[in-house]
Amino acid sequence: MSSMDTINDKNKARLELDRIRSMTLTPRDRMAIPVQDMPNQSAEARRSNMQEVATGYTPDQAMGEAERCLQCRNAPCVGGCPVRVDIPGFISKIKEGDFAGAATVIKRTNLLPSICGRVCPQEKQCQLPCTLSKSLKSVEKGVQIGRLERFVADYERNAGLLAPPPTAHSTGKRVAVVGAGPAGLTCAVDVRREGHDVVVFEAFHKAGGVMVYGIPEFRLPKALVASEAGVLESMGVSFEMSYLVGRTRKLSALLAEDGFNAAFIGTGAGLPKFMDIPGENLVGVFSANEYLTRTNLMKAYRKGEAATPLYPSRRVAVLGGGNVAMDSARMALRLGAEEVHVLYRRTREEMPARGEEVVHAMEEGIIFDFLRSPARVLGDQNGRVIGLEVTAFELGEADASGRRSPVAIRGSETVVPFDTVIVAVGNESNPLISRTTPELKVDRRGHILVDEKQKTSIERVYAGGDIVLGAATVILAMGEGRRAAAAINEILQ
Amino acid sequence: MQGQHRILSKRKLSDEVYRMEIEAPLVARERKAGQFVIVQCDENYAERIPLTIADANAETGSVTIIFQTVGASTHKLALKEPGDGVVLLGPLGNPTHIEKFGWAVCVGGGIGLAPLHPIVKALKAAGNRVTVISGARTAELLIMQDEMKALADENIVVTDDGTAGRKALVTEPLGELCGQTPPPDIVVTVGPPIMMKFCAATTKPFGVKTLASLNTIMIDGTGMCGGCRVSVGGQTKFVCVDGPEFDAHDVDWAQMMTRLGAYKSLEQADHDRCHLEMSVEALEAKNAGAAGKVDTSGKAVK
Repeated sequence: MSSMDTINDKNKARLELDRIRSMTLTPRDRMAIPVQDMPNQSAEARRSNMQEVATGYTPDQAMGEAERCLQCRNAPCVGGCPVRVDIPGFISKIKEGDFAGAATVIKRTNLLPSICGRVCPQEKQCQLPCTLSKSLKSVEKGVQIGRLERFVADYERNAGLLAPPPTAHSTGKRVAVVGAGPAGLTCAVDVRREGHDVVVFEAFHKAGGVMVYGIPEFRLPKALVASEAGVLESMGVSFEMSYLVGRTRKLSALLAEDGFNAAFIGTGAGLPKFMDIPGENLVGVFSANEYLTRTNLMKAYRKGEAATPLYPSRRVAVLGGGNVAMDSARMALRLGAEEVHVLYRRTREEMPARGEEVVHAMEEGIIFDFLRSPARVLGDQNGRVIGLEVTAFELGEADASGRRSPVAIRGSETVVPFDTVIVAVGNESNPLISRTTPELKVDRRGHILVDEKQKTSIERVYAGGDIVLGAATVILAMGEGRRAAAAINEILQ
Repeated sequence: MQGQHRILSKRKLSDEVYRMEIEAPLVARERKAGQFVIVQCDENYAERIPLTIADANAETGSVTIIFQTVGASTHKLALKEPGDGVVLLGPLGNPTHIEKFGWAVCVGGGIGLAPLHPIVKALKAAGNRVTVISGARTAELLIMQDEMKALADENIVVTDDGTAGRKALVTEPLGELCGQTPPPDIVVTVGPPIMMKFCAATTKPFGVKTLASLNTIMIDGTGMCGGCRVSVGGQTKFVCVDGPEFDAHDVDWAQMMTRLGAYKSLEQADHDRCHLEMSVEALEAKNAGAAGKVDTSGKAVK
């Protein structure tokens, strides 16, 4: 998008807003207001930079979009939000132009709105039950709740209004939070608010979990994550970085010897799954975790500055259809790959990735090979990847869950040349804490078992996020962190 | 945010080998033989490098690392001085399984003698008779000899060029020891992959159980990326969490060595640049000295 287009769009938004404001709107009129598109960097430009793709609404665009909300009395959207943000409440504040007020409404229930507005799959959460989505028979035409949430959070930060939530007088009680991902950070804030001392233990050298090592800069700027962590520090939360609970210190020692009165485990699902096909250990095959950690956390894309090397890739195959696959594919493209394919066993409809990211990936020129999956990775005499043997699939009968499962088509194998393969077929729970804490009960997939208050089999130890749920979403992890914090605050009273 | 660890001392053991003591009280207390740490020169653009713990002192709260300047990051680390900070994570990996085996033979090659040291110490403390085979390219690179002599029941020294001990590869004395009756109860080998591979090949015909400590490419070191994966007995294992020690007879050595070479061309370019930068610095320091402005920072190496 050229700067001229952007100016035209902004003017259009202003005119549209003036028009809307000049009349009394019936619900029918509101439904007729078109969705405000979010300004994006053009596909051409963003293919070769790491900057954020979506540049966010202008105030006029936000107010225009807010006018579309019907302010339903039963607010079905709220039921779709895992932390039950008062959506009509904050949108009506935007309508009035009171953006700071809108931020206050959101912050009552959501502590990381600039992140959630960017990475939540709104089309499966708040926007799915939106009355506009239903009436217009398209979830894409529902009120753009995520974009509005993001606008409000960005406004608050850019206006310098970001203030740490107030904390109660010190109680002298101490809480250990293991893992600085979305679950841990949320739990830390809520416990700290009640006046307890909180120490967050993080194995990496930067806080944020998947928000720093997994989700790329072009989707979630790292400065935002650092600013959220900074708010925690200004509340008095301490961070112990490069500290691996289980190895640097056992969880039981933190509780028994170091004076912690309670602990929260939010260590996530960071164990990559591989496909278990021949050739998977050839040079040039990466787990998406490795690929993204090298590029995001270790900043391997900053050639000449970062010491962590990047594998030179020209033809890249990404295996999988989730957000991690989209992130890997789009990252590979930005790092200079000539052709990037996403191989997915099912079709576009079944893809678990966030809708907007699939659209962005397609615009950027990622090639989607649906109903395809590799049977084997092929290598040369030096042990490096030269291609994939790919099997074609078709969708069979619907299974018990109603999902049609892919069936391999016999004799359909073809060989496709690739020099890099990124495996993004999911993650499992990180086993380190459970291996080093034998009394902690886990299910057979290593997920920590908790009760309805997130309490584990050990007294005073709580858990939440992906380590309990399996690989899920940022917002669900936050919801669990918040529930655990409430329970911890209760026992520490 | 907390995370920096202070360098307490630095000593140059040979032309390319450095010994550093780093303040890390928790790691010093928790670590066991066979475990390693991840070290980063800084939090911004430095890479994460795995280094085995060569020694630790729980009282002073320090761990000792010994490393060879083989690439850009180890060069950068070597330029650090006491008082400077590094990022350090550990202890990582599974500790070496220590018990009273009877007769243990420990084979260390080059820089591998450093990680071998705590294993020798632990085996000795468990009541084993320990024979150490210390190998290096040349006498200059032979490290930890005082420690080994003090600990081991017998220390066999070999060098490729014969400048110290026998002119031989470590596999020569290893084969002889395996041929004795009874043969060693266990062999532990740490060193370059090619050496460990041939140690495994040497002990296999004698049926002597052999453990090797693998040194693969790592990023996080906590099991979340699989960059360090290797086939052991036909199964994919993560060296950082399933290892670093495995049965040497089950390791797919060819695959491991191929994977180690994944970034060779890139590393070489960085390494060459580093050598240039270091020689420039050394020259500058020399010139400054010649002009009467003595550089007291000690930053320049050599």
